[in-house]
Amino acid sequence: RAGVGGAACRRGRGVSPAGGQQGCSPPGSGWSCRAVLGEGHQRTVRRVAWSPCGSYLASASFDATTCIWKKQEDGFECVTTLEGHENEVKSVAWAPSGTLLATCSRDKSVWVWEVDEEEEYECVSVLNSHTQDVKHVVWHPNQELLASASYDDTVKLYHEEEDDWVCCATLEGHESTVWSVAFDRSGERLASCSDDKTVRIWRQYKPGNEEGVACSGTDPTWKCVCNLSGYHTRTIYDVAWCHLTGALATACGDDAIRVFEESASSDPQQPTFGLAAHNSPGRAVTLHCSASVLRTSVEAEPSRKKRPRVSFSRHMSLMARAVFPVSFLE
Amino acid sequence: GPGGGAPLENANPLVYRRSGERPVTAREEDDELPDSIDDREIFDLIRSINDPEHPLTLEELNVVEQVRVKVNDAESTVAVEFTPTIPHCSMATLIGLSIKVKLIRSLPERFKLDVHITPGTHASEHAVNKQLADKERVAAALENSHLLEVVNQCLSARS
Repeated sequence: RAGVGGAACRRGRGVSPAGGQQGCSPPGSGWSCRAVLGEGHQRTVRRVAWSPCGSYLASASFDATTCIWKKQEDGFECVTTLEGHENEVKSVAWAPSGTLLATCSRDKSVWVWEVDEEEEYECVSVLNSHTQDVKHVVWHPNQELLASASYDDTVKLYHEEEDDWVCCATLEGHESTVWSVAFDRSGERLASCSDDKTVRIWRQYKPGNEEGVACSGTDPTWKCVCNLSGYHTRTIYDVAWCHLTGALATACGDDAIRVFEESASSDPQQPTFGLAAHNSPGRAVTLHCSASVLRTSVEAEPSRKKRPRVSFSRHMSLMARAVFPVSFLE
Repeated sequence: GPGGGAPLENANPLVYRRSGERPVTAREEDDELPDSIDDREIFDLIRSINDPEHPLTLEELNVVEQVRVKVNDAESTVAVEFTPTIPHCSMATLIGLSIKVKLIRSLPERFKLDVHITPGTHASEHAVNKQLADKERVAAALENSHLLEVVNQCLSARS
């Protein structure tokens, strides 16, 4: 789609819209680096997110700020810097309406921001429900409902109740840090992935539901209906749910991308998912929603002889091997 | 060390004798054959890390031992258990971080590193292990220049 592209973060300070590494786009891929936004942040840029209209880019940084960039004819301009978090901002997400933004941080909080027609941003809520770092925030596809994933091993959901944002559900079950969450197309289900090497699927049950799941008051209850365990051998950092095909993709610290598909005979109350494709270093996978998954690059290793031993005095390169973010192109 | 004038937590630690130099095998002498990375090589990388508080190495304090290093070169995994000198050692995270950083800087990128406390030897072992296993926490911490300085001091060769 014209005007919509991928955005990549780099360790260090730059944000590069629409491209791979600087100067390293695969020939014939159709991608080229159009801009490097190097002046906005003082530390690692952790996540970027396009606004639904495509005119704005939000960047979340370890420097505790979130920059909002506006697309101009000749590049991007930083229109505002959202401050307030006490330490590293881990994630930023735009609500589908385009008027709300959420950020989260190691300071354990989730902030909700509202933007008006004059491009003025205002913090409308600081949510302190989690007891540890918040790793990721994501909005429901069609309601003003926000989900957060945390180092405290839980997922929390928030919505507005009488002009105040409140935590309306806590999803417990993971045995370690939850790194990411993703809603399915309908928003009835949520997938979460964790350091405990599992992906869990949660389903929403509204008050008065047929299945007899108890709810308190008017808030829906979320119940874990599926636990995908035994597939991943290390921390699962990200999960993406394809809104076209329903496929689930995971990014794992064991250098593999896995794609799961729901079985045809899946029972909504106890869905079953099976492994559809498994990418290991060296094999490319093409997903059904016309997104090509790039192979993780394999670095040439220096000599393995011991003497003389090559010792590395380079920057820590933690993200280089593990697959970190994964998302479907819509 | 960075302790300055504050009293040491463990003023009279047990000091252990260093193990000797590693004997060289004929296979290792042969330049045509690749060496696989083994437990001893990893131990050699971490044994001389300085303790943050005492003028001693982690080997001398028995914080690291070769028997607590497990390497699988074929699967690119390294697991190191370290034993804090006392169960409430407040330096445990820093020591674990130093071990981790040393390995990250020294080993090929393909290696997955697991650095954790020897089970049963520290009051907060779960919390410390969880921090060390969280690569985002580790990356952010090492962007703190003061902390990085302290880690680098632990990793520097003593004169």
